[in-house]
Amino acid sequence: MSTMIQTPPENIVPGRKKANAEQYNRRADGTKRSWHSTLIARIVMIILSILFLMPLYWMIVSALKSDQELAKFPPTLFPHNVEFGNFVKAVTAMPFLQFFANSAIITISVVLLSVISNFIIAYGFACIDWPGRDKLFYVVIATLFLPFPVTLIPMFDMWARLGLVNTLFPLILPAMFGSAFYVFLLRQFLKQIPQPMLDAARVDGASEWTILWRIAFPTAMPALTTVAIFSAVGSWNDFMGPLIYLQDQKVQTLSIGLQTFRSVNAQDVSFNQLMAASFLVILPLLLLFFIFQRYFIRGITIGGFK
Amino acid sequence: MSVTDTVGPPAGPASASGALGSAAPAPPARRKRGMNAGQRRKLRTGLLFISPWIIGVVIFIIYPVAYSIALSFTRYSGMEAPTWVGVQNYVTAFTDPMVGKAASNTIFYAIIAVPLGLIIALALAIAMNQNVREVAWYRTIFYAPSLIPAFAMSFIFIVFLNPQFGVFNQVLKIFGGANVNLLGDPTGVKIAIILMAQLGAGNAALIFLAGLRNIPKTIYEAARVDGASPLRQFFSITFPLLSPVLLFNLITGISGSLQVFTEAFIVTNGTGDPDAGALFYMMYLYKNAFGFAELGYASALAVILFLVGLALALLVYWLSRRFVNYDVEAG
Repeated sequence: MSTMIQTPPENIVPGRKKANAEQYNRRADGTKRSWHSTLIARIVMIILSILFLMPLYWMIVSALKSDQELAKFPPTLFPHNVEFGNFVKAVTAMPFLQFFANSAIITISVVLLSVISNFIIAYGFACIDWPGRDKLFYVVIATLFLPFPVTLIPMFDMWARLGLVNTLFPLILPAMFGSAFYVFLLRQFLKQIPQPMLDAARVDGASEWTILWRIAFPTAMPALTTVAIFSAVGSWNDFMGPLIYLQDQKVQTLSIGLQTFRSVNAQDVSFNQLMAASFLVILPLLLLFFIFQRYFIRGITIGGFK
Repeated sequence: MSVTDTVGPPAGPASASGALGSAAPAPPARRKRGMNAGQRRKLRTGLLFISPWIIGVVIFIIYPVAYSIALSFTRYSGMEAPTWVGVQNYVTAFTDPMVGKAASNTIFYAIIAVPLGLIIALALAIAMNQNVREVAWYRTIFYAPSLIPAFAMSFIFIVFLNPQFGVFNQVLKIFGGANVNLLGDPTGVKIAIILMAQLGAGNAALIFLAGLRNIPKTIYEAARVDGASPLRQFFSITFPLLSPVLLFNLITGISGSLQVFTEAFIVTNGTGDPDAGALFYMMYLYKNAFGFAELGYASALAVILFLVGLALALLVYWLSRRFVNYDVEAG
């Protein structure tokens, strides 16, 4: 993942300068903004923020409560005695590390494969000018709207015949073949590279493969970060895929492992442990997102959506 | 593909811009259907680069859709060979009371969740686009719940809505309400799942944000000079120019709501109860396929879902041709 932390090429993606306070106080037409004109907007956004942070907050608070405190009504907003022990119990009450390792193997493979494959496909749709290209791209868009359940049973049947049910392959290998949404996203981004620049490189004798890695790849870095985060979140959080393909505990992922833990102990679930385990599940994603947050949002918004 | 092309020079920048070609009757290298060597080479390179996608479409879309349609006319448990039963699965599907139940639950969900989701996502996108200094924080916060997986969010909601110790009942109590067990009520459980889904509006909001960013600022400046109120600006500029993005979010929203599964599965511990109130179409399909080993019947259900989804997408697309505005390209 270290290759992702390259500095983005500022000359191709314009308008990302450190904005100062003065800039924010002016409207687009340059008139000065009074402090109260943004006050209402700020209040609304703070209320929305509280609402949207609530589940995360409640997860952490519940994870830190003792059994007795969790069962109290009215519920307490802060834990009285912070019980870090719930985290230890959660990790030892189920084969947490095994689940974690399985989820990690699937997610890392999926991210690598989908970044590479979608990027190559998107390059073919954005940077090489071949006859029929745009018509075929409509087909890509059309597959975006295909309800995936219709492929569910045949896919299960196929993986079962190949003897790959209860292995991680059915969850990893499809990432090699691209996905419509990521191709779409990356293509929008690659379209911004000026065509004369690519042609100049071709005249200089660069192969498409060289142009792809030397020019297009660094340019598309924000969009590639977006694809990496989307596919990491999608694969780490996937529930139905592992539910169908991974029945054996040895290969189960966190999502199924936690659900199994909960339904086995349905009569007497320790929700504080479940919350602690859930928090550990989302922690890697939260870290990933906070580190790459800037590139991520830029990757979606600058590419545009037409 | 025609083979009568003359072998031209490789398409360099000079030969590619053949503006004169249309004037001459039929210069051999510029005929509409034929391709010169350069174009053919580009076609080959292009197809080579997109070949993973082509293989993917065949393995993961064309083959399974065709196979699913074929299976839907059979009885198949996954063990022995499928036996042909004609349209029997479809007849069963249309008379199965549980299909009716699952379909009506899913429609209930879609009718509330799709419009609500669009409104919330648009509101978030506008908030994410405000020109205030701490806007990056708001973006992060609004997106954060989208990172919480559906299964973990479901656990949080189970704790949240717990009739004995949940926060929900505490809030109700402040407003003088009685103790309720939302997850123990057939309608309540659907509403809980709809509300839960709204916390994941961040993804759709980012797509709206991209659309908002594409609207040229000069249009707003002109409107402000003409004295248009913020509300007027929203309905006369923002909304129409956002319509292509709205269409995208609408179609993916509908498609997603037809497939709602994980939240319902976890909240009800795989049962869909109370009283099948959270038995959504996808859950019933899953149960038939992997619970009852009725793969043929489940395939018929999948094909029906596929056709309904397709019909809805076409309907939305057809309606959109009247409302969606593609006039202004991004500046």
